[in-house]
Parts: sequence; structure tokens; C-alpha cells
Amino acid sequence: MGWLSGGRYGIERYAFTLHRLTGLAILAYFLLHILVGSSRMLGEETWNAVMERLDSPLFRYGEFLVYLAFAYHALNGLRLLLTELGFFLGTPRQPVFPYTSSVKRQRPVFVVVMVVAAIVVLLGGYDFFFHFPAK
Amino acid sequence: MRTRESTLWTWHLMAGAVIFVLLGLHMFIMHLSGLRGLGGEDVLSYSSVMERSKAVAYVIVYIVLLGVALYHGLYGFRKIIFELTLPEGAERVITVLVVLLGLALFVIGSYATITAFSM
Repeated sequence: MGWLSGGRYGIERYAFTLHRLTGLAILAYFLLHILVGSSRMLGEETWNAVMERLDSPLFRYGEFLVYLAFAYHALNGLRLLLTELGFFLGTPRQPVFPYTSSVKRQRPVFVVVMVVAAIVVLLGGYDFFFHFPAK
Repeated sequence: MRTRESTLWTWHLMAGAVIFVLLGLHMFIMHLSGLRGLGGEDVLSYSSVMERSKAVAYVIVYIVLLGVALYHGLYGFRKIIFELTLPEGAERVITVLVVLLGLALFVIGSYATITAFSM
């Protein structure tokens, strides 16, 4: 359970933990999604039966949680990819007091991607609950 | 020095970038349809699903997305499990199981995609 705790580290440590948890949730959903999506090859009757079974408010909310996890994981993942490639970390410099941290230098990117994730969630939320609400 | 694990990690990152684009497109089509001025269209109706399934572009995107998403997800899962510092033998067994699961799901998903395309 050690990796759940942020300890003395900043918000990025919790972002890392949440990235893992959302990744595992998306993976679990994705494995089921492959099987559900594959049922289309069994014909219209089977497809409609599967869709009817999944058409409940509980599944709708669950699917929205997966969408939320997707928005977070995708945009935080983009930040991780960019920082892995060395973007937004600044140029290497001598460790002269007062020290600056590369983590803090990339923090504005974290804020920006989280704002974009929030917008994606709001737009998707509209579609989930107002455009095609559960019957 | 580039090791096997660092190569797999690089593929994990590259797969993530591909997923970002393709899954973003998938989400836009499936979950933002109300904002695309397509009110009234049920993207999950059988006719709508089959219409997409019969388009070559969708078939290619589905199979590529299936492959890269399975790789990205299962590799990530494997790395999280490995942080439990398991014995080398157990790690090898997990790697084999993850690869077999990924291949099985890739075959099922691809078969369904190709079958639906030719229906």
C-alpha cells in the first residue's frame, strides 16, 4: 500500500497514484468492453439483448465514472509523456540556493491539463445525462 | 544502455500517444454526439454500430486501437504487479499469462471486427 501515500511529496504524487488507479479501472472496463462490443457479430437480436441488459441508471453512472477516469488518465498521461521527453522542465542548471524544483516548473502544465480534463468531463457529462439519458 | 524493459517501456509510451489520438476520436464519436449537432442519433443502435463496422477506416482504427490499448493496459498492469517484488519465476509466469490474455482478447476483438465488416 506504500504507493498510495503521497508522504512529503506534492500533488504530483497523488496524481501518480490516481493515474494508476484510473488505469486499472479503465483496463478492467476495456476487457469487458471488448467482449460486449464483439457481441455485434452475433446479430441484431443478441446485440439488442446485451444493450437492454446494460441499459440501467447504475450502468450509466458506472460508464460515466469510466469516462471520468479516461479524461483524467488521458490528459495526465499526456503531461507524463511530455515531461518524460523533457518538455516543461526547463534547462539543466547548477543547484544554486534558493533551489528550484523541476517538479514545480512543470506544475502549470498539470493545472492546464486538469482544467482541460474538467472541460472534457463536463462536455461528456452533458452527453451522458442529457442527450441520451437511460430509459 | 537500452535493455529489453526499456524498449518495452518506450513502446508503452508510444502506445499511449496512439491511444490518446484514437481513443479521443472514439470518445468524441461515442460520447460527444450530442454536441456534434447529431441530436436524435443513437450511436449504440444496431444499425448505427453496423454502419460503422462496415467502414474500412473504422475497421483499421478498431484493430489498431485494440492492439495498442491491450499492450498499454496489460504492460502497465504487469509493471504494477512487478512492484510487489515477486520472485523471478513468478514474474515470468505473470508475463506469460498477460501475453496470453492480450493475444486471446486481440484475436476475439479482431475476429469480431472482421466478421462484422463482412456481414
